[in-house]
Amino acid sequence: MNADARSVVLGRIRAALNDHPQADAAQLNAEWLALPRDYNQQGHLTEAERLDLLEDRLHDYGAEVTRVAGHEVAAAIAAVLAMRGNRPTLMPQGFPAEWTPENAALTMDDTFSTRELDRFQGVVTGATAAIAETGSLVLQDVAGQGRRAGTLIPDFHLCVVRAEDVVENVPQAFARLAATPTLPTTFVSGPSATADIEMTRIKGVHGPRFLHVLLVDG
Amino acid sequence: MLDPRTARPFPIVAAEAVRDTQMRGNVRHATEVIQNKRARVVAERGDWQALREAGKRLREHAIRNMDAYLLEFERNCTRAGGTVHWARDAAEAQAIVVKLASEAVGASAGTPTAGRPAPGEVIKIKSMTTEEIHLNGALEAAGIRPYETDLAELIIQLGQDQPSHIVVPALHKNRQQIREIFRREMQLPELGETPQELAEAARQFLREKFLRVETAISGANFLIAETGGVCVVESEGNGRMCLTLPKTLITIAGIDKVVARFRDLEVLVQTLPRSATGERMNPYNSIWTGVRPGDGPQNFHVVLLDNGRTDVLADEPARQTLHCIRCGACQNACPVYRETGGHAYGSVYAGPIGAILTPQLLGMQHAQSLPYASSLCGACYEVCPVKINIPEVLIHLRSRVVKEQAASISGRLHPEALAMRAAASVFRSERRFRAAQRAGRMAMKTMARDDGAGQPWIRSLPGYLGGWTSVRDLKAMPKQTFREWWEQRPHRTADGQDRNKPGVPDHPTGTTKQPPASVESA
Repeated sequence: MNADARSVVLGRIRAALNDHPQADAAQLNAEWLALPRDYNQQGHLTEAERLDLLEDRLHDYGAEVTRVAGHEVAAAIAAVLAMRGNRPTLMPQGFPAEWTPENAALTMDDTFSTRELDRFQGVVTGATAAIAETGSLVLQDVAGQGRRAGTLIPDFHLCVVRAEDVVENVPQAFARLAATPTLPTTFVSGPSATADIEMTRIKGVHGPRFLHVLLVDG
Repeated sequence: MLDPRTARPFPIVAAEAVRDTQMRGNVRHATEVIQNKRARVVAERGDWQALREAGKRLREHAIRNMDAYLLEFERNCTRAGGTVHWARDAAEAQAIVVKLASEAVGASAGTPTAGRPAPGEVIKIKSMTTEEIHLNGALEAAGIRPYETDLAELIIQLGQDQPSHIVVPALHKNRQQIREIFRREMQLPELGETPQELAEAARQFLREKFLRVETAISGANFLIAETGGVCVVESEGNGRMCLTLPKTLITIAGIDKVVARFRDLEVLVQTLPRSATGERMNPYNSIWTGVRPGDGPQNFHVVLLDNGRTDVLADEPARQTLHCIRCGACQNACPVYRETGGHAYGSVYAGPIGAILTPQLLGMQHAQSLPYASSLCGACYEVCPVKINIPEVLIHLRSRVVKEQAASISGRLHPEALAMRAAASVFRSERRFRAAQRAGRMAMKTMARDDGAGQPWIRSLPGYLGGWTSVRDLKAMPKQTFREWWEQRPHRTADGQDRNKPGVPDHPTGTTKQPPASVESA
C-alpha cells in the first residue's frame, strides 16, 4: 500500500505541474543558482564591533557574557563553576585540554543514559560559530561540543566561543556550515523561553534555563 | 474538533465569536504585542524586502520542482538511515503513524518501569500537520496516549480546547484562564498566575515524561532535499527533548515543506522568527539528517503527506498558497481574525492563510464561506515573509466558489444568481440605473436609523438582500448622487479651467458651491 501511495502522490504532483516542464538536474541547478539573493551576505563591522554586538544580543536574551583572554579560559570556567556551587557538570569528549580546569565537578560524557544525564546540573562546551546579529550559538556533534542531549538536559550551559568563530550575520554562518550540513546542528539563541502566554517572552522552560558565554578575545 | 467538513459557516460562527468579549480582548492584546515586536525587528533589517523576495523565489522554485526535490530528499534521508513513508490523505497518514508508534511503544513496553510495564505513550512537538489529520484521536483509539509538550498545545490539550492560531495555538487564553486549567489538570491548587509560575508548572509536569517516554512525534518546518535533513524551529526546548531523547522519532511533514538546499535556510531562519514571534531568532533551531550513531533517536521515520496539497498545486493561480512557512504573521495583521479569533474559521488553519488553505485542502465544497472572510485590505500580503499574495488568491477562490455554484441547476436558480443577473441588467442601462438609485433612496427611508452622529445606517435589509446586512451594517445612500451633484454644479469657464476644482476657488470671496459632505461616487 505504501509503495502505491508513493507513486500516486508523485503522479499527482507531476500532473499538477504539467504547465511547468520537468527539469533535469542541470536545469534545476541553473534555476537555483539564478535565484535572487540581494540580502546582506557580507559583514561590515570590525571585529570589536562584532563582538560587542554579539554580547549585546546575548544580554537581550538574558544570557550572561564574560570576556576572557585565551590563556584565562580554564580559570574562568573554574570560577563560573565555583560561583554556581561546583555542582556536577558535564564535559563533551574532545573538549580542549588547555580550556579544562582541574575541577572535581567536571565529568567527561561517556554514553550516559538520559537519566544519568539528568544528574548533571551543568554542561560546558565549545561552539562551531556564533552569530552577532541574532545572538545565536551554533552547536554541532563534533569534538568539544558533543551530542545534542548533553547541552539539553543540564539546567546550565556554559559555552566557550572564540572570537574568530563569531560571524556577523546568518548567511555567513551558513557559509561556515556548508562543509558539514548533515551533522546534527542546533542554533541556540539564549536560554530556553516561551512566548505562549500572552505573547510575552519569558525565560526558562525545558531547555537550559541559564546560559553563560565565555567570549575568548585575544 | 475543528473539522472544516462539519464546521458551520464562518459568518454564523463569527457573529457569535464577536460577542465573546473576553476572547476578543485576549486576541487583541496578544496580536498587538506580537505585531509591535515584529515591526521593531523587521525595521532593523535594511534588507528585509530582499529577504522576502529571496524567500518567495526559493519557495516558488522548490514548489515548482516538488517531485524532483521530494525524491532527492527521500534518497538522502534514506541513505542517512531514515525511513520515508508517503501518505495520500489523513487516514493513510494516521494509519502509518499509529502502526509505527504501536511497534515502537510495543518494543519499549518490555522494559518495566518501577515494576509496571511502560504504558503506551508518545511525546509530541507542536505540529499543525498532526492537528490537520487529527492524529491524537487516532492514537488514543489505538491505546496510545499522546502528550503535547509545547506549552500552548499543553494548554489546549488539558483544557480540551482547540487551537486558534498556527504559532500560538492558545492565543485566545489569558494567564488567569491558563492558571485555572493547570490548577485543575495538574492538581496544583496553589498555582499563581505569573507567566513564570505557569511555565515552571509546565516544566515540572513534562520533565518526567521527557525522561521516560521513548517515542516522539514531530512535524517539520523544512525538509532539505540536498541533504535529506529536517529542520524544526522552536522556543521552549520541548522540541529538542522530543527530537533528541527518545529511541524512535516519527516526523510528519506536508509535501510542501521541501526546500532545495541547505543554504536556503539562511533566508528562512531569518524571516520566520521575525515574522512569527517578533524575535531576531527563536531560542532553538534543530537540524538533523537521518540517524546519527550516538546522538539522538536511532529509529527515524518521515511521513510525507499529500492530503489535498496536490490539488492546490494543480490550481496555478492558487499554487503560491503552498509557499507558506506557517509564521502566522497574516493572522496577527488581519482585522477580521483580530475580531473573531481563530475558532470561527472551523479549521486548524485560521486567519488569512487559513481562508485560502482550508477550502483548497478540503475541496471547494467545504468551507465555501472562508474565501469571503476577508476585507481584502492587503495587510496579510504586506507582512508575509514569502510574499504570498493572499488577496489575489482569495479573489481567485471566490470566483471558483461562484463558478462551482453556477455549474448546478440549483445554483443558477439561486436568489444570488438571479439578483446578480438583475444587477447586470441595471448596470447596463443609464436609465435603469438612475431609476434604481431613486427607488433605493425611497425604499431606504423606512429602514435607515440615525447612529447618533448624524449618519444614517441600515442594520437589516429585507428579503434576500438581508444576506448582506446579516454580517454587516450598511451605510444609507446619500441624499444626492455624484451624478446629480455633477449636473447641478456650475459649468466650466471659457478658458477651460474647472471652477469647481477643490482648492482652486474661482473667486477670492469663495462663492463656489461646495460639494455636499455626503456625496459618494455613484
